[in-house]
Amino acid sequence: MVDQQRPPAMPAPAYDPAAEAGWAEAPPRMGFFTDTSVCIGCKACEVACKEWNGVPTSGLDLLGMSYDNTGALTANSWRHVAFVEQPRPAGHRTPPFAGTPTGDPVSAASAARAAGTTNPTGTDPGLPPGDPPAAARMTEFLGMPAAGPPGRTGSADGRSEFRWLMMSDVCKHCTRAGCLDVCPTGALFRTEFGTVVVQEDICNGCGYCVSACPYGVIDRRADDGRVWKCTLCYDRIGAGLTPACAQACPTESIQYGPLDELRERAAARVATLHERGVPEARLYGHDPDDGVGGDGAFFLLLDEPEVYGLPPDPQVTTHDLPRMWRRAGLAALAMAAGAAAAFLGGRR
Amino acid sequence: MANADVIVIQGSNMAEAHPVGFQWVMEAKRRGAKVFHVDPRFTRTSAVADAYLPIRAGTDIALLGGVVNYILANELDFREYVLAYTNAATIVSDEFVDAEDADGIFSGFDPETGSYVQDSWQYAGHERDSGGGETLTERETAAGLGHESHGAPLAGQVDRDETLQHPRCVYQILKRHFARYTPEMVERVCGLPQEKFLELARAWTENSGRERTGCLIYSVGWTQHTVGVQYIRTGAIIQLLLGNVGRPGGGVLALRGHASIQGSTDIPTLFNLLPGYLPMPHHAEHPSFDAWVNGIRHPGQKGFWGNARAYATSLLKAYWGDAATPENDFCYGYLPRLTGDHGTYRQVLDMIDGRIKGYFLLGQNPAVGSAHGRAQRLGMANLDWLVVRDLFMIESATFWQRGPEVATGEIVPEQCRTEVFFLPAASHVEKEGTFTQTQRLLQWREKAVDPPGDARSELWFFYHLGRRLREKLAGSPLPRDRALLDLTWDYPTHGPDAEPDAEAVLREINGYDTATGRPLSAFTEARDDGTTAVGCWIYTGVYADGVNQAARRRPGSEQDWVAAEWGWAWPANRRTLYNRASADPQGRPWSERKRYVWWDAAAGRWTGHDVPDFELTKPPSYRPPEGATGPAALAGDDAFVMQADGKAWLYAPSGVLDGPLPTHYEPAESPMRNPLYAQQANPTRKMYAHPVNPTNPSPPQEHSEVFPYVFTVSRLTEHHTAGGMSRTVRPLAELQPEMFVEVSPELATLVGLTHLGWAHLVSARAVIEAKVLVTDRLTPLRVDGRVIHQLWLPYHFGFEGLVTGDSANDLFGITLDPNVLIQESKIGTCDVRPGRRPTGAALRDLVEDYRTRAGIVPGTVPPAVTPGVPTGPAGSGGDGEGNG
Amino acid sequence: MGLRDVLLGWPVYRQLTGTDPLGRGAAAQSARSAGLTARTQDADRVARSVCPYCAVGCGQRVFVTDNQVTQIEGDPDSPISRGRLCPKGSASKSLVTSPLRQTTVRYRRPYGTEWEDLDLDTALDMIADRILAARAETWEDVDAEGRPLNRTLGISSLGGATLDNEENYLIKKLFTAMGALQIENQARI
Repeated sequence: MVDQQRPPAMPAPAYDPAAEAGWAEAPPRMGFFTDTSVCIGCKACEVACKEWNGVPTSGLDLLGMSYDNTGALTANSWRHVAFVEQPRPAGHRTPPFAGTPTGDPVSAASAARAAGTTNPTGTDPGLPPGDPPAAARMTEFLGMPAAGPPGRTGSADGRSEFRWLMMSDVCKHCTRAGCLDVCPTGALFRTEFGTVVVQEDICNGCGYCVSACPYGVIDRRADDGRVWKCTLCYDRIGAGLTPACAQACPTESIQYGPLDELRERAAARVATLHERGVPEARLYGHDPDDGVGGDGAFFLLLDEPEVYGLPPDPQVTTHDLPRMWRRAGLAALAMAAGAAAAFLGGRR
Repeated sequence: MANADVIVIQGSNMAEAHPVGFQWVMEAKRRGAKVFHVDPRFTRTSAVADAYLPIRAGTDIALLGGVVNYILANELDFREYVLAYTNAATIVSDEFVDAEDADGIFSGFDPETGSYVQDSWQYAGHERDSGGGETLTERETAAGLGHESHGAPLAGQVDRDETLQHPRCVYQILKRHFARYTPEMVERVCGLPQEKFLELARAWTENSGRERTGCLIYSVGWTQHTVGVQYIRTGAIIQLLLGNVGRPGGGVLALRGHASIQGSTDIPTLFNLLPGYLPMPHHAEHPSFDAWVNGIRHPGQKGFWGNARAYATSLLKAYWGDAATPENDFCYGYLPRLTGDHGTYRQVLDMIDGRIKGYFLLGQNPAVGSAHGRAQRLGMANLDWLVVRDLFMIESATFWQRGPEVATGEIVPEQCRTEVFFLPAASHVEKEGTFTQTQRLLQWREKAVDPPGDARSELWFFYHLGRRLREKLAGSPLPRDRALLDLTWDYPTHGPDAEPDAEAVLREINGYDTATGRPLSAFTEARDDGTTAVGCWIYTGVYADGVNQAARRRPGSEQDWVAAEWGWAWPANRRTLYNRASADPQGRPWSERKRYVWWDAAAGRWTGHDVPDFELTKPPSYRPPEGATGPAALAGDDAFVMQADGKAWLYAPSGVLDGPLPTHYEPAESPMRNPLYAQQANPTRKMYAHPVNPTNPSPPQEHSEVFPYVFTVSRLTEHHTAGGMSRTVRPLAELQPEMFVEVSPELATLVGLTHLGWAHLVSARAVIEAKVLVTDRLTPLRVDGRVIHQLWLPYHFGFEGLVTGDSANDLFGITLDPNVLIQESKIGTCDVRPGRRPTGAALRDLVEDYRTRAGIVPGTVPPAVTPGVPTGPAGSGGDGEGNG
Repeated sequence: MGLRDVLLGWPVYRQLTGTDPLGRGAAAQSARSAGLTARTQDADRVARSVCPYCAVGCGQRVFVTDNQVTQIEGDPDSPISRGRLCPKGSASKSLVTSPLRQTTVRYRRPYGTEWEDLDLDTALDMIADRILAARAETWEDVDAEGRPLNRTLGISSLGGATLDNEENYLIKKLFTAMGALQIENQARI
């Protein structure tokens, strides 16, 4: 539902990369707006994605990262719900533990402890080994001036403030996609919807894209060697359906639609939250001038991106054009070789 | 719910347990509603609520009683509503003595039976209406469940004081009863700081009344207590005082946990009920058909239960068809008779004692899902035979091979005599039929595919089992076999497996004219002369006009927000019960904003967004003639049409077995002495003295410090109940792959627990182990000068499936609410220690050591009445004896 | 496929001659990608169903191809759930198609240490015999004062809240006629 608040200044339309990719009469660029302020961390998105796309299991270990036992986006987890426990104020709310006989908060320590655990996901690099100091920092107060009235944060009794952030992460479908730029086989391609999709029938598992992704999203499956990630349900949206995760999401935290529409909705939502005393609400991945030219999947966050494990300033790894052209040429050559092989193979 | 201005969620972790239902809370929140979450632990519901209030588990009545006191002390009740639609003005007998004046026990307590004689609780002039000593029977037969759809009995007219000043009017009694439930007391009992309590009380009252409404949401966090029914009553009292019942955005909403748990109480697979909340007859109280029927309808009483004879006759006609005649009382004699408590926990103890031969488990896994898992497994190991019907090989089918008692040597497969039949069941897509969801809505499921292999529906299994039993008994001369042989059991079947036709069963449930076969359209068409057969009278209308109304699927987008053409709701497709109360006594909407059902004077009928819960053409001004009974006795402003006096009961003169008003009692196991009353726990709670069922001591008993911590259990979003439908499903299993316990950093420091390390928890029943999650989401509480630590566990784990772990329910003992015989499995006491639990014989030794240290004598129960609390002789009251 | 079609379909050809000189979009699209459809679109039939987990009663659409369930997702028409499902509801296809499901009757004889196979019909017959025997052994006609009881306390049952109303109706009807009182379900757990 769109909030019935005063409409904010209209955001600039997002750049549509489909035309550049040769789609003559492309439909509007489609994407996700994930509003983490209404996420209840149910993980329906993770399951609905796996059910639709036949994504294999990502392991059965308790990670201890709050309620996150998935750990990261991998070849076997195309949606990932992050949980962040923080000893800091949540918007206008009264402190949950004011007046209880508490000591110091522990969330930083338990996050650091949990960061040492990994989960065999059957993918490569899969769930990256944790960085305990970084994990501990995620729960810290990151530069937001006191959101609650004075005196509410911290007390003689110990911890009183607490909030629990949840965010469903996904491939960002960058406007300038590093993975696509470096793919030598044409397995990664820009669809008519402006999304970035790996074609499982083309990918040869070279893995160049893995290091090219500024978000660490794209990942290889150990058993078949190919890379896998969110396709924004290319098969579903082509048939006019909603991607599985957005269709399932009980609270409309994940919204799917034309990117321009989503950007308007997101701007209105931020304005509403600011009015309601949630000044920490901000968008991430919406800016066409950021290092990836803006994302096709963008987010409303309640804290700095690092808190959610997102890079604060993602840069496309292939930002100089000549190099990109070289890659393109390489890609064309590789495609030619691959096609010729397929052609010859087919004739045999 | 989306129309609410304030939503209070207590005893429910709605965002986790009912995520899709929670979208309506989020919708209300987007519209500006304030959402409060009261819970022992900060959950995913708390995370998106506007305020989170930590509470000591088991003290909800103290908190809610505090809200009642806040309303009454500040006169914030919706006075017009309260006067018109509740019994606030009714005068109560002068024999009544409140628990406030008698150390926590009401007048009429009989220490011999541990139950109340309710004469002194009655309205003035009705002292002899309570039925005398029936309360013990009511407890044993869980009669409270029968009151789900009808109030308790009450005959004739009552005295009222519309000024609410009479000292014995319900309003004044209520005010005095809760006067001590002050913000200070709430803090002392619940561990909830006063300021937080007042934030809730203010928001709740400010968002209720003529223009605004508030919604209260609970689930098993309230029901699974020894005073569970009184929790709900306290919530209902608040909602009635604030005028939040029968109105849009109001109500007391129970969120139930299984796809058709509502259906399975409406059409009960419960020992004490027959379909439509008709009671199973009792051997002593219901010797004849007339006695049984009159026990339901209470001749002379107001309301729709006055037609109970028609519902009862029609059920017997549905069961026994042509064999049921007026001459033989419609085969009333065929019904089995209750003699007392035959509930599931009684049965389990009887299994251990060798009294039960055979046991059917139908999609239920008591080895994990029921309280006291060890008792469950030991009981199943001592049967002649066990039939398990499930999708998966669950713990209750393999306890003899892989259960924890096999590891400790208590069950030896070679010595375990139970014969086990595992029969695979059809899944929900492999059969057709109706589920009744939590708001009484029936929805038909179409069949998608055939079940695999030997898998069959319960419909198939029971139809063919019945067919075979009848074949085997054909020609039997024994009277006891008549009920089976005369049973109508001729459902059409189809397909290669001879699957019975579910629609034919639904038609019988709906009811039909026995002469013509015409399906009935409404329960008002049921007759008491044998000309109608009705399987479940409250469902009449679901097959009206021969059309499966539960299969209606007009898209929600093409309907108004009530969506009356999606499925079918009982009764009569009504979506909000008692919605007459959404209009004022004159029949006008209380406000434009909260318009729902109203009297259209021009048309001479009730109208609105929903099916009016009132006789359609009875005007608001109608007053019944002298001597009227049944529906005709309901006045035009008697909005609570199923109640004996047409009013909602703030004070329950009968029908609630542990007191006419809710009273804070400590849980059966508590580390705290009751700060409000000398009486520690519910004096009427149902206890079982059995060697397998020890109870941890609570103050003022000695040695309660052996089990110093409070634990509570509940669900995770990622799993379902005992795990049989989630630990077996890979995309769910991987999301919560291990048993864990959540502890606060303070407790972790105190006990020496580390994040992701192991801990084990010990009660007088069992020891279980779990991985530790140290989290800021739990907090210690300061309660009456002490610091209380609470732990939380998910109850989903067992020893089968893709992911396994010890079962939290093993820690619980068996102590029940007296009204409905539901166990207290939301709170217990325990000890917690770092590291893994011992295995083998050492495990039992550890538990035995704890029992010894706690001074527990096997086979005994704690005192029902706290030593030193005086109780008057049964039936007395009003003369101050209770104060002794 | 003729040689010309092969050539025209060749990505390099398309890249060099088409609108996508970088070979990053239209020209890179494989035949498989171009031919993708949502499998729900090709389903033989769709059953309108209800989620089997909690009591909210969310609508489900069950898509079937070749008599196999290929997808279960939320029914957007449902005014209760508006097409949404929680993780459990979303996992319904995995539930009903789980390789862990038992699809044959299993039998453990008294004092047995292993499961055995058993024919369904035989199992049903054995269960019927055992019911009649348990009933005969534990039947109570009247109480001590001669009042009717008409019952057996030798048979118990637990379950029902996950079953259909029609199933519970037959269960209650049959057990009542058998005189078996002791049936219970999750409502009391």
